[in-house]
Amino acid sequence: MRLTCPLCGDRDRREFYYLGHETWLDRPAADAPPEAWDAYLHLRDNPCGPTRDLWQHEAGCGAWLVVSRDTATHEIASVELAR
Amino acid sequence: MRVPGYGLIDRDAPLKFRFDNDWVKGYAGDTVASALLAQGTRLMGRSFKYHRPRGPLTADSAEPNALITTHDGARRIPNVRATVQPAIHGLRTRSQNAWPSLGLDVLEVNDLAAPFLGAGFYYKTFMWPPKAWEKLYEPLIRRAAGLGALSGDPDPWRQEKAFAHCDLLVVGGGPAGLMAAREAAEAGADVILADEDEILGGRLTREAEAVDGRPGHAWAAETVAALRAMGVRVMPRTTVTGAYDGGTYGALERVSHHLADPHPDLPRDCFWRIAAKSCVLAAGALERHIAFPMNDRPGIMLGSAVRAYLRRWGVAPGHRIAIFTTSDDGHRTAADLRAAGIEVPAVIDPREDAPEGAIRGEVVGTSGRLGLTRIEIRPSGGGRRWIECDALAVSGGWNPTLHLTCHLGARPVWDETLATFVPRDGAVPGMTVAGAAAGLFSTAQALESGREAAQAALARIGRQHASTALPKADATPPRQIAPLDVRGPKGTRHRAWLDFQNDVTVKDVRQAAQENYASVEHMKRYTTQGMATDQGKTSNVAALAVLADATGRGIPETGTTTFRPPFSPVPISAMGAGATGAGFAPERLTTSDPAMRARGAPMIETGLWYRPGWFPQGDEDWRAACSREAAMVRTTVGVADVSTLGKIDIQGPGAAALLDFVYANSFSTLKEGRVRYGLMLREDGHVMDDGTTARLGPQHYVMTTTTAAADQVMRHLEFVTQCLRPDLDVALISTTEQWAQFSVAGPRARETVQSIVAEPVTDETFPFMACGPVTVAGTPGRLFRISFSGEHAYEIAVPSRYGAHLWRDLLARAEALGGGPYGMEALNVLRIEKGFITHSEITGRVTAFDIGMDRMISERKDCIGKAASRRPALLENREEMVGLRSLGGAPITAGAHLYREGDRPDAPNDQGYVTSPCWSPALGAHIALGFLRNGRSRHGEVVRMVDRVRGHQTRVEIVDPVQFDPKGGRARG
Ligand SMILES: [Zn+2]
Repeated sequence: MRLTCPLCGDRDRREFYYLGHETWLDRPAADAPPEAWDAYLHLRDNPCGPTRDLWQHEAGCGAWLVVSRDTATHEIASVELAR
Repeated sequence: MRVPGYGLIDRDAPLKFRFDNDWVKGYAGDTVASALLAQGTRLMGRSFKYHRPRGPLTADSAEPNALITTHDGARRIPNVRATVQPAIHGLRTRSQNAWPSLGLDVLEVNDLAAPFLGAGFYYKTFMWPPKAWEKLYEPLIRRAAGLGALSGDPDPWRQEKAFAHCDLLVVGGGPAGLMAAREAAEAGADVILADEDEILGGRLTREAEAVDGRPGHAWAAETVAALRAMGVRVMPRTTVTGAYDGGTYGALERVSHHLADPHPDLPRDCFWRIAAKSCVLAAGALERHIAFPMNDRPGIMLGSAVRAYLRRWGVAPGHRIAIFTTSDDGHRTAADLRAAGIEVPAVIDPREDAPEGAIRGEVVGTSGRLGLTRIEIRPSGGGRRWIECDALAVSGGWNPTLHLTCHLGARPVWDETLATFVPRDGAVPGMTVAGAAAGLFSTAQALESGREAAQAALARIGRQHASTALPKADATPPRQIAPLDVRGPKGTRHRAWLDFQNDVTVKDVRQAAQENYASVEHMKRYTTQGMATDQGKTSNVAALAVLADATGRGIPETGTTTFRPPFSPVPISAMGAGATGAGFAPERLTTSDPAMRARGAPMIETGLWYRPGWFPQGDEDWRAACSREAAMVRTTVGVADVSTLGKIDIQGPGAAALLDFVYANSFSTLKEGRVRYGLMLREDGHVMDDGTTARLGPQHYVMTTTTAAADQVMRHLEFVTQCLRPDLDVALISTTEQWAQFSVAGPRARETVQSIVAEPVTDETFPFMACGPVTVAGTPGRLFRISFSGEHAYEIAVPSRYGAHLWRDLLARAEALGGGPYGMEALNVLRIEKGFITHSEITGRVTAFDIGMDRMISERKDCIGKAASRRPALLENREEMVGLRSLGGAPITAGAHLYREGDRPDAPNDQGYVTSPCWSPALGAHIALGFLRNGRSRHGEVVRMVDRVRGHQTRVEIVDPVQFDPKGGRARG
């Protein structure tokens, strides 16, 4: 597997750290109800198809990235800076 | 038998190698198999299950039979295919799976028991009792049914792994691959051309085939030379073994298998990871055998192999070679052999349109115990007769070598016209298939499709193509029919082998179907067809054709099993090359490392770091050294290297706000020149890490993390700054390796530090938890008055290049005062006495509440983990951190569990567990930190500690975690 870091270019998967779904970007407000925090911390889909995940180019520039990929075909549609 | 005038071997370079007890003569360019065949040896192995005598079926890497062991002692390499192992002068080779000898194998009796050893035999016979499988059946079966064995010694071969990148990877160096590489190279692309063989050219080195009016192998050699001149990386002896996501390919290069006396620096193999922008698969095709009764005797060989032995190695595999064919290729074999003066007694072809001169009919039997002596044929006109021959060339049509197109999950497609499976379009993104691998079996088609595939590949990566001229070549592909299943002489089903390596016959596959293992995947597992080291390359299509017939479903509906990497076996030692012994993991060493080792300190792995356990004096054991060092710190002064703690430099207008957000407690309120202990939570409310953070300037902080969590914390801070708080203007960088940092602890710490620091070090200039820049032996450094031991202590940091010097200097000063170095064991004792936590306590399921720090979670601000830490389940009826003190003098042991006195020590009664025990010289007792249900309200209670692993128990008293100097006066004073 290879990812094209927007800052560094095409790199081997071994340079990247995987976190999980991009849900982690949508942190609830401090006073959000427990349900919102439960969803943020624990509830994830397990899609067969497109998904958007957070990866860090840890052994490269350190940028956190959102990778759009397909869990069925392994096709990578895009790699973008998380913010 | 050698055939004069034939072969690409060097007859001026004779050589000798050993096979079992014989010396075998050969020439440079021979394989072990070709040299053995040249001297008339057909028997080269015994089959896996029935111990049937076997000779080579192929002349390539698909070989199921001729498996040998090469080299001696620890260098032994088992299961080498004699058909691809180059003959090397002096090489030691041995047959496998036969005892006492290849010709006389006692376990041949298995063959007589064959009626009872069919499909599912293992499952049916060895099911009961279950325990007997591991102890009795499996060892027995493994000994009897075997491949070659490893030596059992550490592998002394050097192995290597490497990475490569290219615009175009061409897999296979036959006409299609050569043409593809040429087209791409002339267009200026960066090309890698890999081929399994020593000599490139594919079938051109093995057939009478002209290209541009010249012998095919000569055209191939010229083309390879031209490619090299254009900068193409030509990789002979390299098998592309797998296709992976994102244009990554695995390839095994056999670097020195062909060398009699390789340079000691050369690896045996090199495993390549090739990142290719595009790929042309031109892997050719594998010929099919035909399932007819007793089709496995030495001397029965694929027609393509017979022609290969003749053309490539100048060897006739027999004196009278009969031919059985369901494809036009059989007739080509006959013509080739006859042209070389070899007798061809009969060409048997069952097809209605069989060419003139052939006998229309089938081979229905064979005989010859250790090698073929005659075949029985059944002409279509009726009757049966025997024909004397010592070899039979069988041509059952071609299967494209499309394995790599299936590695990402695609299934091939059945082509009725070609009567074979062909690759599915777009099976592997970025890959185009050309030549015989695409079902284009003539040389002209191969050349043209190779050029087209390269053009398609170039277009994909946005490059122009060159339109290289196409050389002239034969344009007639051989016609072939679907796999046959030939019945015995009286219409009965004699044993007809499909999978030679695993001894699977037509009868086994039919039986699987009958017992309702009718899906191809079930049949495979039930019969073990295709599960040997050759992965059924010569048997898969024939086996599923039988299954299709038995179930009446037809081949396309039956489908194939999944081809998975690797295409051919890859030694694990090549994939993991370098990762043994000291190469297993990187080593991180502190600047004081050589000096610490010189003092005899045993170095302990801490993540990738190495830290000193203790500094032995005289004949001290670890415990004596540890107690002495701990007492030394409490009475005089000790020096320890703490450089492995993570250090993160944080600067910018948003630095304070960032720290407030990632730490449970507040840092914006920290004054310049001061240090504060910080507790960091995960978003789920559990503790991530702890450490101290110093404020060096209005917008400048230095965070320390634990050694274990340094990477995790850095990643976390990057996530927070980039993703959650991009509003903060702040920059981070890890400076762990840039600063050497030493702890100086003990009543005489200030004296030691003052002697080396230019600035005055007093309670006024450096009170407890102060920090600031200082001049250390003339060099700018940093001084922190912090303590992980409970003593008056400092940490001095200097740029790493001065670390070794400062360590020596500090030690000399400490020793002059009666102090010295202390290691991890003493450091651990000191912190347990003081109730300071490490990752032994904050294991990932421990909360701030559990360690008694929930009040540190600031009410005045939001922070990571704050919301989740308030969940009721994390605040009620928890296992809370406590101190433990042994009653009666027995040690407390890590991992032991705690129970109420009188309770049965079992899971329902579990009250907690021990995390960090030690002998405390200061308290004269065995003490520990641990966790106990509602433990903070139970100080003074006595519980029972039970260590089931070590078979040990003792009574312990629950006490406050801070067992030494609870008021903390020693550190402050
Ligand atoms: Zn990057």
